Amino acid sequence: MGLSGSGKSTLLRCINRIHDPTSGKVTVAGIDVTSLDRRGLERLRRQKFGMVFQRFALFPHRTVIGNVEYGLEIRGVPARERRERALQVLELVGLAGWENRRPDELSGGMQQRVGLARALAVDPDILLMDEAFSALDPLIKREMQDELLTLQSRMQKTIVFITHDLDEALKLGDRIAVLRDGRIEQIGTPEEIISRPASDYVAAFTAGVDRSKVLTASSVMMPPDPVIRPKDGPHAALQRMRRHGISSIFMVDNDGKLLGLVSASDARAAADRGESSLINVLNKDVSTVHEDDALRDVFGFGNGTSWPLAVVDGEGKLRGVLVKGAILASLSHPPDSWNKQLQQPVGRDQHAAL
Amino acid sequence: MLPFELPIAGWVEGVVDFLLSHFQPAFRAGSTFVFTIVDFLTSVLLAVPPLLMILIWTLISWKLAGIGVAAFTLAGLLVVDNVGLWTPTLETFALILSAEVIVISLGIPLGIVAAQNDAVDRVLRPFLDFMQTMPAFVYLIPAVMFFGLGLVPGVMATVVFALPPLVRLTNLAIRQVPNDLVEAGESFGSTPLQLLMKVQLPVAKPTIMAGINQSIMLALSMVVIAAMIGAGGIGAEVLRGIQRLEIGRGFVAGLAVVILAIILDRVTQSLGQQAQAPKGG
Repeated sequence: MGLSGSGKSTLLRCINRIHDPTSGKVTVAGIDVTSLDRRGLERLRRQKFGMVFQRFALFPHRTVIGNVEYGLEIRGVPARERRERALQVLELVGLAGWENRRPDELSGGMQQRVGLARALAVDPDILLMDEAFSALDPLIKREMQDELLTLQSRMQKTIVFITHDLDEALKLGDRIAVLRDGRIEQIGTPEEIISRPASDYVAAFTAGVDRSKVLTASSVMMPPDPVIRPKDGPHAALQRMRRHGISSIFMVDNDGKLLGLVSASDARAAADRGESSLINVLNKDVSTVHEDDALRDVFGFGNGTSWPLAVVDGEGKLRGVLVKGAILASLSHPPDSWNKQLQQPVGRDQHAAL
Repeated sequence: MLPFELPIAGWVEGVVDFLLSHFQPAFRAGSTFVFTIVDFLTSVLLAVPPLLMILIWTLISWKLAGIGVAAFTLAGLLVVDNVGLWTPTLETFALILSAEVIVISLGIPLGIVAAQNDAVDRVLRPFLDFMQTMPAFVYLIPAVMFFGLGLVPGVMATVVFALPPLVRLTNLAIRQVPNDLVEAGESFGSTPLQLLMKVQLPVAKPTIMAGINQSIMLALSMVVIAAMIGAGGIGAEVLRGIQRLEIGRGFVAGLAVVILAIILDRVTQSLGQQAQAPKGG
């Protein structure tokens, strides 16, 4: 991801050497791309790459299916076989029945589906997508993003996706490289980019982002202590709550699995009744969220339920505690209390520039 | 100012003399070859009865350019036949067709090379300017010296005059193929030849067809000039009209050239438009 002129399209084209890098080395699956001769390069492009372009770059003299067949045609795949394969891929991208149309008869979104189908028809290991959705209407764009994610969950290919749209990068990317003036400012997961920007530039860039979409429960939660165990009695629980200044406490078993919540008033009542166990006052109906849940979803959860929320992993183990105040703090602009130690403060004027 | 005159005229004569004395057999052979082809073409065209030929032309222009052009072709050619210019018109057509075959087989490859190589383009450009702007009469004389009087120097002079626009437009057409289409072709691992045949030429085709159209029109404008060195055809009729001050005769012959020009123009133009329609696989 980067703004225009940051070198992102150039970098992409260096990967399959449509642009020759002036210095440096590109290695794809152990092959030094920069040292290949013309034939070697052609072979590599046929074997490894499919490319999708911002302005679709469909061949205007070919029909939709003629476009999709192109990559197979130049490999010498027999006509019947490539037609069959092309029809399959068109079906995959939702364009069955459109194969004999001309590209200019199609809407932008459909044209890009053809572009995607053309790239997928050769079953490439690596899909290079150059601002593939930037020329589309916002609505169609979102639809294509969702479909790409669905396709990807099935295909599991390596996709290098270029965009100038941070939201798009955060939505699609497993790992994001932020480019500026031909340099990589930071590489990391969407969450790392947002919560631990490596430079002022990245921090300023990400300041306007809807953090609730990117940050997950695990990045904002507090450590899950203190907790109590089933063997602990009301007095031990009350003492721990008092020491930490909290009004309720989670109970976990010896494996760390969440059992429930005990409030201070219930613990006090149990103590007054002289009970030695908290079993009777344990509230097992506790709202939990998964550690990978986006904060936006967590907030919906929190409405009408009691705080704090328990954050659990896939096995039901308690990983942390969400407190309303901490979430609100994390959603405001950086720097925040929860990651102050990891980043430099960003000046006010830099915020204003955005 | 220089104290002497540059001996350009002498140089040119020297070059022509050199070529004549050293390559005479080659020019002879070339001349015979071209003459045989044009002559054969003319006799084939003339072997068909005029009315049948007119019908064939009408059908072709109907198929390629629509009903309007077909009607014009029918009426125009009937007029040509009626005024007794059928044979010279077909002779001219054969001459242009032969010249055009040479122009296309030289011009398109040259244009392709010039599009792919900037150095070639830079070298070629002044030659093309030269060929296009040097008054045609000037190279009529060397053409006669090399190829003798008659059809062949007429064809050659026509080729020299009609070649530049096709080279230029082919060059331009290929350079104007959108960059992302070329990148798309490359990204799939196309060889340079595949890229040329499957992407660049098809996309460039309408402009190249316009170049062919232009060169045909220029070739037609050479008809009268070529007749001055004995190329025959309608050009000779026009010349005869001028020389004898028979204004009517000259006009009728000129009209035949115009009719032929319009038919060829419309038909080749529609070929260019058809080139834009896509094909499958």
